[in-house]
Amino acid sequence: MKIDSIKDGIVLDHITAGRGMRIYQLLHLEELDCPVAILKNVPSKKMGKKDIIKISDADLHLDFAVIGYVDPEITVNVIREGTCVEKKHVELPEELENVIRCKNPRCITTTEQELPHIFRLADRHDGIYRCIYCDTKASRQL
Amino acid sequence: MRSLIDILELSVEELDGLMNTADDIMANPAKYSDVCRGKKLATLFFEPSTRTRLSFEAAMYELGGNVLGFSEAASSSASKGESVADTAKVVSCYADIIAMRHPKEGAPYVASINASVPVINAGDGGHNHPTQTLADLETIRHELGRLTDMTVGFCGDLKFGRTVHSLIAALSRYTGIKFVLISPVELRLPDYVRRDILVTNRVPYKETTDLEAVLPELDVLYMTRIQKERFFNEEEYLRLKDSYILTADKMKLAKEKMAVLHPLPRVNEISVAVDKDPRAAYFRQVLYAKYMRMALIMKLLDIAVEIDAKEEA
Ligand SMILES: [Zn+2]
Repeated sequence: MKIDSIKDGIVLDHITAGRGMRIYQLLHLEELDCPVAILKNVPSKKMGKKDIIKISDADLHLDFAVIGYVDPEITVNVIREGTCVEKKHVELPEELENVIRCKNPRCITTTEQELPHIFRLADRHDGIYRCIYCDTKASRQL
Repeated sequence: MRSLIDILELSVEELDGLMNTADDIMANPAKYSDVCRGKKLATLFFEPSTRTRLSFEAAMYELGGNVLGFSEAASSSASKGESVADTAKVVSCYADIIAMRHPKEGAPYVASINASVPVINAGDGGHNHPTQTLADLETIRHELGRLTDMTVGFCGDLKFGRTVHSLIAALSRYTGIKFVLISPVELRLPDYVRRDILVTNRVPYKETTDLEAVLPELDVLYMTRIQKERFFNEEEYLRLKDSYILTADKMKLAKEKMAVLHPLPRVNEISVAVDKDPRAAYFRQVLYAKYMRMALIMKLLDIAVEIDAKEEA
């Protein structure tokens, strides 16, 4: 299988192998009209193997909070006319809205369906998020 | 505009300020009897808690203010399906400050981000109950004259008791505090409280199942109720229940100057004979709670009254 390197677009590189599909879903890439490629289990010197997503739209707005939460190792490369013009490292976002759901049955979000599920970063080192309403911890396992 | 949802939102300085105000109200109630004239407190109690509601209402009346509200969800518009956010917006049009109790964790926080007036969390499920902790702190400070350098024992159900967890968190910010955690093995302090509060803040503590053995060391004994349904089996409950009952006999082992606290209601974990012991502070604790709620209402309404200088002892 050969996928042409893209001229204009965004490449999500260094995705932990196996998480590519999950990122595809969380970023709602299935809604795009432009070509999107997911490469799985690509050999990598640093990681052994990795997933890569290529999106042929350099101006696409991506939710970096989601990317940072799912996989803080990912690098985002913006390609214009064949050259990489921007390389970004994502990090754990301070706040996540409607990415994880609070699992505490006593939380106000269980009875008030319109409330957004918001989690805030409580411990960057250990990647611990807490529900802003009930303080329940969320583990980063997806 | 500020609200109080979690006790840790208040700095140690702010806590001291509230306790100073409460002390001054106790000493000079007349000075404060009119400071909230024309102000209204809404008590929105989505689950009944008569004790807490009466304390808030008495606090507001003693400041010269007025009170409106409801005491159970059935008599509120929540029974018609109104959201907490909408209730908070509507009540903000009637009241100057809100005290909210709700069975769901985080409901008062939702109210606070939607209300245009301050919101006080008057208990949200098993989560937070900051004004109880304010009362506990003031009780200790008023009874012993300090909040530093002491050994504080917690006895009973340390697993499910939210008042215990909040007080441990609040006291951990003062210096020279040691904790003694007295409970059956099944009702030990949860690991996350131990790790997130005690270990993180390097607060010394020890755990024991034996109340009598540690009673002589304590400056404060915080008693809680052990509910029968928390036990795995009846036999275990019967075997253990008496060992966590505080009696006048056991009080003979305690220091001459110490304070026994209890969040109330008491069932049988403190025998009635202890009530007349001068170290039994749990009914005065109810009084301190009212004064602290008065101090808090004033603070959140930005009502400042100059505190009389205390005479140095
Ligand atoms: Zn929650």
